[in-house]
Order: sequence, then structure tokens, then C-alpha cells
Amino acid sequence: MKILTGNDLGTGDVIWWAGDGWSRQVNDSADVGDKGDELARTEEAALRVVGAHVIDASLTDDGVRPAHIKDRIRALGPTVRSDLIAQPAEADIGKWVI
Amino acid sequence: MYRYDSYDQSLVDARVEEFRDQTQRRLSGALTEDQFKPLRLMNGLYLQLHAYMLRIAIPYGTLSGKQMRMLGHVARKYDRGYGHFTTRQNLQLNWIKLADAPDILAELATVEMHAIQTSGNCIRNISSDQYAGVSADELTDPRPWAELLRQWSSFHPEFTYLPRKFKICVIASEEDRAAMRLHDIGLELVERDGQIGAKVFAGGGMGRTPMIAPKISDFVSEDEIISYLEACLRVYNRYGRRDNKYKARIKILVHELGADEYRRQVEEEFAHMKALGLNPPREELARIRACFANPAYEADASDAIDRSDPGFALWVDRQVAAHKQPGYAIVNISLKPVDGIPGDASADQIELIADLAERYSFDELRVTHAQNLVLPHVRKADLYTIWQKLDEVGLAEANLDLITDIIACPGLDYCALANARSIPLAQKIAKRFANAQRQAELGELKLKISGCINACGHHHAGHIGILGVDRRGVENFQLLLGGSGAEDAALAQITGPGFSEDGVVDAIEKVTDIYLAQRTEGERFVDTYRRIGMKPFKEAIYG
Repeated sequence: MKILTGNDLGTGDVIWWAGDGWSRQVNDSADVGDKGDELARTEEAALRVVGAHVIDASLTDDGVRPAHIKDRIRALGPTVRSDLIAQPAEADIGKWVI
Repeated sequence: MYRYDSYDQSLVDARVEEFRDQTQRRLSGALTEDQFKPLRLMNGLYLQLHAYMLRIAIPYGTLSGKQMRMLGHVARKYDRGYGHFTTRQNLQLNWIKLADAPDILAELATVEMHAIQTSGNCIRNISSDQYAGVSADELTDPRPWAELLRQWSSFHPEFTYLPRKFKICVIASEEDRAAMRLHDIGLELVERDGQIGAKVFAGGGMGRTPMIAPKISDFVSEDEIISYLEACLRVYNRYGRRDNKYKARIKILVHELGADEYRRQVEEEFAHMKALGLNPPREELARIRACFANPAYEADASDAIDRSDPGFALWVDRQVAAHKQPGYAIVNISLKPVDGIPGDASADQIELIADLAERYSFDELRVTHAQNLVLPHVRKADLYTIWQKLDEVGLAEANLDLITDIIACPGLDYCALANARSIPLAQKIAKRFANAQRQAELGELKLKISGCINACGHHHAGHIGILGVDRRGVENFQLLLGGSGAEDAALAQITGPGFSEDGVVDAIEKVTDIYLAQRTEGERFVDTYRRIGMKPFKEAIYG
């Protein structure tokens, strides 16, 4: 699947396009198909996101997982600060970085 | 310490208000990201992997207790309660909101701090020796020259858009504690016929094409350092490779021209510059130098240290360095606890260190390129109290220059450019070698980890270096041996195929076993490597 991500313009938070708005949880990501670039332009123009870009991901038993380790760490947060990660319920950080 | 005059303060205050306006225009949509990005970068504000990151300049790594306390304050009020001291002697805050950035800069300006020129293709924060002004082995305090260079390079109209970023280092002792020859320009202050001047090295650096800077001049008199550097920069600005970002650093120009031809061009330009009267008047250097006068040391301070507490004695032996003034000592504070993150400090820790600096170190402290902190003027009689206070906040590790005193860049946990995580690897290595006796047995061993080829973790200069790479989406770690950023500067060599995270920790253990088996009396790891070469280490690692 293709998903759209970027950073909230004001807060800098990593955000994910959820189909009808932006979420801070990667699991809310919607498959944007071939509409990602157009959505990115629209959302950037609306000042809701900065650096919007499309990435590859898969829908797994655990939820939506970006294909590349860099994007998975963006989705999770720093693996060395479990107190600061964006997935506070995540017990197994190791699954995100394999 | 240097104190801002009205010009310094006006410049910084004006810059804050300019950036406030730029930020408001970005948030209102009047500026696009393409328009805003170079403006925010000029003020040290990056968009990193997770959020905006602010890099705050700490000129030549020197700051006061009040400035340190302000860093703790902004970390707590605007970030998530901690900061990261970098290999450029700066501080990075990882979780900044765009709308807060102007307020942060305004607060920093109240204590004579800023984030100007901590990014962009300009002359960056001047770096120097963390023992400047207090070391017995230095010719003179290098910081007045570093400050002069800071003023010269701040908003320098000709050098604001160089082909690439530009890093300058100034030292004044034969022992190089600042990796001077791995800078774009390195100055070593020396004396000739009773006159102070500088040996000039140009074209060093790390990154994807590491180079040790060749010497460009044996001696430039102190009166002409500025115009000589103008000449060095002019030649680079004119002929540096603007066509290719990866070949745009001065090291490539010096390498392609050859040091002799680069020197010839600089000398030609220098002859032209001399006639222009660009050097600052001596009074200006004298004004700056007066700011760095010795503090009011107690003439009768005792040299005695009560070593009856074994934990304290161990810490003194490792973390305390000789001071030029009898009765005083230099205290190195390790930011490398075994379970910690190299270079990270919490707001509470930062504020405690600010207190220590104010109370016990004449209101002064330093940041080192090895991501540690220094209290430069401590009475020996106060060492035990300081050790106890550091221990209370987990900062009494005794590992300076040992294998667990690891330099590590933020890596893939924080950095958008990184390919692999540096911090978890540093933590695994630190755990493997945590035993104090084992570390002491290994002696001086500088281990440096970079999460990508940009080499912010100085892996090229590590006695043991590690470079994280991306191998088809999986973290992989190349092992390097034999580098040094000190006066015996050398570039580390790759051992061979890379390893997994656990694999590289095992490989390091094998490498240290070879060292222990083959070293001769008094040899450090890097000395043994230089004597016996790569082969025995490779055989141990790869079989």
C-alpha cells in the first residue's frame, strides 16, 4: 500500500494521512493509491503539513507498517526513549526495527 | 569569558525579531516551505526525523552558569526536558514547535546566546580546546582568537553563501584535544622569535571523503590571521565545487589543486589583502583578551586531595586533569553513563551543572567535542563535594577516554540523514565493557560511531570507528581501526565486510583481545595497531 506522511507545520509532529484528515498514529494511515502527490500538494497549501511524501507500507497483523526502517522509526519514535515514543502501548520496540 | 558589547547584543536581538516575523509569515502561509527553509536553517532550525530540531551555538564550547541554566530552562519549557551536546560543542533540542522557536531565541538572547550560523553554507561555530586557558601545556589561551573569528565570521557578507559549510578550530598546545586537523581550517597558535602567530592547516574534514588538513603556512603573525583567513576563504569561495554538493567542501579543492598550489593561490590573494587594511586593530584583540583574564584564584589553595573514598579516588584518577594553577584542577564530567545516551543531559542535570559551575568553577564550564562537559577551575578542596553532587544525578562515571566514553551521533533514532542507529549500539558496547577494571586494563581507547557517511560521530578519527550503513533496508555496521583526531591525526581503515549490531560488538571484543595479547609496555590500542597493522585484527574478526 502507499501511505502519505509528513510533519505538522506548527508542531513538527510526525503525521499520517488517515483518509479524511491527519493522525499521529501510523495505524490510522489510509491507502492513498496514486493520489498521494496531489493530496500532498493540497494539504501543504492548506498549511496542515510540511514535507509531505508518499511511502510504501504494508498492512500487517500488528497494523500498518512502513516498508523502510527509517519510516518505521518515524512512526514509532526514538527506539532509545520508550517514554517518548508515539506508540505508548507498544511493548516490543524490536519489532519496529527489524 | 567574553561578554557581548552593544553591537553583539543589537545584532542578536535584531535577528530574533527578524526570525519572529519570518516564522509568522510561514505560519500564515505568506512564505512557502521552499522560501522559509533557508531562513530557518540560518537560525539553526532543522526539520528532523520526528520534529523540528534547534541547534544552539556554544562558541568555542565555553559558557557561563547562567547560560547553562538557560539551556536547561528552554529544554524543560519548550522541549521534552533534555538536550543533546554534539561533537561540534553545540546543544541540540529535538522536539521544538515552530511557533515557539522565536520565543526560544529571544530567551537565549537574554543570556548572550543564539543559534545563528549553526546550519547553512557559512562559517559555523568556531571550535576550540576544552582546556583553553587552564591547561599547563598551552602557549596562550586560544579563545580570544576564537572570539575574534566568531565576530569576523558572524554575518560576514562575502562568506554567507560559501560552496559548502565551513568549520574552523583554534588550539594553542601541541596536544590536540579538539581534532584541529579534521576541520576545514585549523589554527595552531605558536611562538616564533617571541611573537605569537598561527600555523595554518586547510582542507581537513570527515564526511564521505575524509582528509587530514595539510599545513598551508608555518607562521602567520597574530596581526594578520584575519586577512590570511580572508585569503583562504576567498580562494575557496571562488574555486570550490559549487557544481557538486559532495565535492564542494574545501578539502576537495585543496586535494584537487594540491596543497602547494592552494598555498600559492592563498599567498597571492593574501598579498592583495594586505594592502586593504582588513586586520582588526590590536586594541580590539586586547579588548577581547581582557575578557578571558584568569579568575581570582586563591593563592594559597591546597593541592591535597583526600583519596580515602575509593570511588572518589577512581573518579579523580580518570576525570580530573592538571590545572595550570596550583591548588586547582580541571574536572571532566562524563555524559556517558553505561545505560545513557552519549551527549544527552536532562534539564535537571543541566541545571545542577550550572549550579556547580557558578559555585565551584568561577561561573564557567566547557563542552567538549567528545560530548562531555568540563568545569575548568575547581579548587582541589572542592572535588569531593562535586563528585558527590554529580553522583546524585548519575554523572559521576569515571570513563574519560576509555572504551565506554563513546562518541555517538544521534543516528537513525533522531536524524533524517542517518542509515543506522548509533545510540543503541553505543549502549550495547558500553554494557559489554562496563566493568571498570576491564576498561582500565584496556586504557585509552577512543570509540566513535556514526550512523551515516556524514560522519558526525567522527568514526574516521576513532581508534575504533563504526559506520552504520543501510544494506537493503537493514542496519549494517562497518568496523574501522586506527584513526585519531589528536596530534597524531590518522584516518581509520575499514576492516572488511560489515556486521549486524550484535556482530560488531563481538568483533570489537575480538579486536580488544588481540590488543591485550600483543601490546607491549605502555602501548595504547592505537599504538599497537600502528605497530602490528590490520592483519592480526582481521584474522581474529573474520577467521
